[in-house]
Amino acid sequence: MLTFTIRRLFFSIPTLLFISIVIFGLLQMAPGDPMAQVPLTVPPEVKQKMREALGLGAPVHIQYLKWLNQFFIVEPQFLIDWMTRSSFLFGWLPDTQLGMVYDVELEKLVPQQRNISWQTRSPIMDIVIQRIPQTLWVVGLAYLVGILISLPIGVYSAYRHYSIFDQTGTFITMVGFSIPPFFTGPLLIVIFSVTLGWLPSIYDTTHVVKDWASFKYQLSQMILPVMVLALQTTAQISRYMRASMLDNLNQDYVRTARAKGLKEGVVVMVHVLRNSMIPVITVIALGVPSIFGGAIITENVFGVNGIGQLLITALFANDIPMVMTITFIFAIMIVAFNLVADVLYGVLDPRIRYD
Amino acid sequence: MTDTSTNTGEMDPYAALQDKEPPKAPRNQWLDVWDQFKKHKGAVLGGGFLMFITLAVLLGPYIWNVDPQKLDIRNKDVRPIWTAIWDSSAKTLWHRPFGTDNLGRDILANMIAGGRASMAVGWTAMLLSLSIGTAIGVAAGYFKRLDGLLMRMTDLFLCLPILPLLLVAVTLFRQPLRANFGPEGGMFILIVVIVGLTSWMQTARIVRGEILALKEREFILAARSIGTSSGAIIRRHLLPNVVSPIMVSATLGLAVAIITESALSFLGVGFPSDFPTWGKMLADAVPRMEQYPERVLLPGIAISLTVLGVNYLGDGLRDALDPRIRGR
Amino acid sequence: MLLKTLLLGAIATTAVASTAMADGHEGKRARDGEVKIIYWQAPSILNPYLSGGTKDLESSSLVIEPMGRYDNNGDIVPYLAVETPTVANGGVSKDLTSITWKLKEGLQWSDGSDVTSADLVFTAKYCMDPEGGCAQLSKFDGIKSVDAIDKLTTKVTFDQPTPNPYGPFVGMATPIIQAAQFADCLGARAPECTEANFGPIGTGPFVVTNFKPNDVIQMVANDNYRTAGKPAFASVTFKGGGSAEASGRAVMETGEYDYGWNLQLAPDVIAKMAEGGKGKPISAFGALVERLEMNLTNPSPNLPAETRATVAEPHPFLSDRNVREALSMAINRQELVDVGYGNAGRPTCNLVPAPALYASDNTGCLTQDIAGANAMLEAAGWVKGSDGIRAKGGVRLSILYQTSTNAVRQDFQALIKDYWNQIGVETELRNLDASVFFGGDAGSPDTFQKFYADVEMYANVFDGTDPQAYLAAYRCGNEPKPSSQWQGENINRFCDPAYDAMIDELARTGDLARRGELGKKMNDMLTKDSFTIVPLVDRGRVSAHANSLGGVVLNVFDSELWNAADWYRIGN
Repeated sequence: MLTFTIRRLFFSIPTLLFISIVIFGLLQMAPGDPMAQVPLTVPPEVKQKMREALGLGAPVHIQYLKWLNQFFIVEPQFLIDWMTRSSFLFGWLPDTQLGMVYDVELEKLVPQQRNISWQTRSPIMDIVIQRIPQTLWVVGLAYLVGILISLPIGVYSAYRHYSIFDQTGTFITMVGFSIPPFFTGPLLIVIFSVTLGWLPSIYDTTHVVKDWASFKYQLSQMILPVMVLALQTTAQISRYMRASMLDNLNQDYVRTARAKGLKEGVVVMVHVLRNSMIPVITVIALGVPSIFGGAIITENVFGVNGIGQLLITALFANDIPMVMTITFIFAIMIVAFNLVADVLYGVLDPRIRYD
Repeated sequence: MTDTSTNTGEMDPYAALQDKEPPKAPRNQWLDVWDQFKKHKGAVLGGGFLMFITLAVLLGPYIWNVDPQKLDIRNKDVRPIWTAIWDSSAKTLWHRPFGTDNLGRDILANMIAGGRASMAVGWTAMLLSLSIGTAIGVAAGYFKRLDGLLMRMTDLFLCLPILPLLLVAVTLFRQPLRANFGPEGGMFILIVVIVGLTSWMQTARIVRGEILALKEREFILAARSIGTSSGAIIRRHLLPNVVSPIMVSATLGLAVAIITESALSFLGVGFPSDFPTWGKMLADAVPRMEQYPERVLLPGIAISLTVLGVNYLGDGLRDALDPRIRGR
Repeated sequence: MLLKTLLLGAIATTAVASTAMADGHEGKRARDGEVKIIYWQAPSILNPYLSGGTKDLESSSLVIEPMGRYDNNGDIVPYLAVETPTVANGGVSKDLTSITWKLKEGLQWSDGSDVTSADLVFTAKYCMDPEGGCAQLSKFDGIKSVDAIDKLTTKVTFDQPTPNPYGPFVGMATPIIQAAQFADCLGARAPECTEANFGPIGTGPFVVTNFKPNDVIQMVANDNYRTAGKPAFASVTFKGGGSAEASGRAVMETGEYDYGWNLQLAPDVIAKMAEGGKGKPISAFGALVERLEMNLTNPSPNLPAETRATVAEPHPFLSDRNVREALSMAINRQELVDVGYGNAGRPTCNLVPAPALYASDNTGCLTQDIAGANAMLEAAGWVKGSDGIRAKGGVRLSILYQTSTNAVRQDFQALIKDYWNQIGVETELRNLDASVFFGGDAGSPDTFQKFYADVEMYANVFDGTDPQAYLAAYRCGNEPKPSSQWQGENINRFCDPAYDAMIDELARTGDLARRGELGKKMNDMLTKDSFTIVPLVDRGRVSAHANSLGGVVLNVFDSELWNAADWYRIGN
């Protein structure tokens, strides 16, 4: 398994490079113009000058190599600089200045050109890092809540097949899944924010948790988006859990285990559950990167402004460097978590061998 | 003693072992499947509902022959007829039983026309994504040589940003498809293919994971040792054992396809704006859901019930097809 | 002589925006706590010279200010300037080639340093740098030099007589930036100055403390603001993102926010939100016109790419004026307004509906005339076929009608399709994502410039109160075409030498009355004479503010936040 993991890690480098080329090509082919949001009153010649200032005139392969260099070489240098300067872990090391280069004209050290967003003209990684807290708070928490609710629901629904619990669970999860968040979001807002006035309808990203009261506020502003998102996750995972459990509950080894006199809890929670986890692990692993990808619609409805909102505004503004960077980070996570899933298959079922 | 022994010898020494039941024609296993299926109330209800909704959207336009695109601005915002039960002052009309929208279009006619489009898109896209996903998942899980390549391709598809992908597809294919299949036919193909191509990856990963585990089991080893071909192993031994996750993918996929279609029209990829679908009706009605709850409820319920119907039907089919359950 | 009238007209009302004082609300600076503003488009940058987006311009207007702004009537009000320069007060030279701006005494930047004429000179230099890609470059068009006369006086010299010299330093697009802060940010270095672009030092009522791009801006009152006792609010939270619906709800229904910008929602939706009772919608009219643009060239996909939708191929039926007029006659504009805009829209037949000087008295299109339209088509030889669609010589009146995606526009499409159906015209609808439709990507077939459709609908307006550049767009040769990478503003491919002559005359004319006359005539040529452009609705702007927020004056000619210094909390 170790050799497998190492080999896969090694192979993921060309995979990711290939993915980055495909994404870049796709973004280049897609119609769109970073000047689309500039009002029509700005004349076309001026827009053309603005495009040139963004570096749009350069040949495509130069643009790609520039991006690659900035993402893999320049940005890590800045990260090291930041870590040696102000991070808790490495702050004791002498400050490095890897990101700086000597400018002959100005005769001083200036920062290297980083990967710049076309909308904000500022380094993309800084904005991405700025967005991570609210994305983790809302989307990550919703995912966690979703998993924690869905696994027991799935297991119990399968164990008590066609009981009232199973029927109700099926009904709620399927209805919840088939109602899209662009409807559930406003619906919850109308109920809890407008009519009852209990919860805020717009998320405050500047809110800092420092005491009990501010924690309570943070909780209150998270409830609605977390509910909407968790509903989707719960529906999906619990369905797979239930189906897989049902398959395994009728297997011969279950009868054997029961015949051996094992306790029912052990039979279900250890033997059956472990054997049913493969599809569930797949779904969970596929979902983790999408936490990072954010929840575009839900973030938009509640004004959470996490990474999903960043991505969608960048897409609409045709901010190619930003889209490219976010999608690529997303790609890294997908490749990584699919590897994690593959390794977990081997752990769950030692018969699976990848040699 | 000898007599008896001779007699028995003459009769047939193995008679006691024989089945004394009168011979019966071997029962078709599909009959067993049907019997089991009938016992599953949810499945019968779900199947019945799907049948009803399919007939309704297919035959509906002949019974309720109102043009769904016809505007009648004087009769806009008519409430459904049942509103009159508790609110006698509500604006209701007998010839507009489900009411009208903000431009006076008949909602019943729109539900029927929208159902047609949504069901067609939902089923086709779901089946497309399911077949791609299953094929890739099985191939990757079973044939070790293909695994790396196919799974890296899956990773690639998972990473692709959907929006630019859609925009590229429209730029490249809209005009030729429109020229060959007409505006609506061309759009239908484009939508179905796009939804199908962007949603098969989860199914593929799940199926592959299951196959990886299944193919190491003894019964596959046994099948292989008696010389069963790979194709037969996949068809007869592996596929029947991954039916349940595929069924779940199918139900979830149907819902996703119906909803995704409504999101596409925002980008100019979907059907024209006056061509109703359930997803679009739901999306358009959200800003007015307090004044006119029926406009969100009707398409919402239709989508949910369809998805539930498929879900129960899938449950029933799985139970009926599984010989381990069928015997009980 | 008469040109005085023009320049006087521009400053007709110099009553400074201190209407808030009328209700006797005065007091210490920063007395009213926090004001929360929500824009459903999130600001990306606070430097208007690097972004043309309205959201960026409006948010930066709280921080940086120009010499003068347009007020809610479209007149120029001095902000940093002592007075608006005119020919009458000697600020504009008699030959219209220069304008001299004088700063108020004692103005300070928020960091405490003095505002001087060097800052104005620097601002012009910053934007006019050829490598900077300045979004407001067209405002600095035709400038020969910008010179500091003394510490407070700056002279802008044009290379030719300029009847409207208020391009630079007027309005939210061209505020004064601090030379000291942006000194290292000229030209290609502009994007490197993230700190300056995200937190410009300004003279405005507020100072940026925290800027999260595309998300939220936090500001506090500027201690060095020039007027004592203003702004009333100690801090501003400027939230961006979400949807018009969410911001309307947050202002009027839940009361979480005090001001919500540009609520592009159907009138019944806004009315329902207003029932929430926490806030109220406000509206004002500018010159924004929702219109149908008729394609005078043939967009057929069967044509080769070089000639498709270019002047080489006239449109098979829209080149017939009768067809265009009949299409206009069939439309019930009042019904469109009722469905889409309510009180925030008025039916119009003009491309330039305001200001009054340029607004033609063209009302012929306001009554729908289906019978007349049918008769006109019949007379022109377009007869109905067996399918009910009119045709002549094998050419069917079948229209592809496209616009950007937006609920109101799709309702309009459905209604107009219905009207045209009544006169035997078949319509196919198409809606595109705004970022594609309004983008200038020459590779995309779906941009509004390429016009691969027969009719398209969108809204447009001109900056400030002078429509010269707006009307000049319809010059022969200014159409998008392959040789210009499909850039160009003459979307309809309109071409009339007489019209071009008038464009030239307008550019030379300073006389206000004559300008008005020319403007009206040009407007009529495009609309009621040729029906090249079929105006539908004069669109107002709708925003909403909390009942407890006082001093709000909705301004569509400049930033909506133009008088945020005068805002206060009612009942505090």
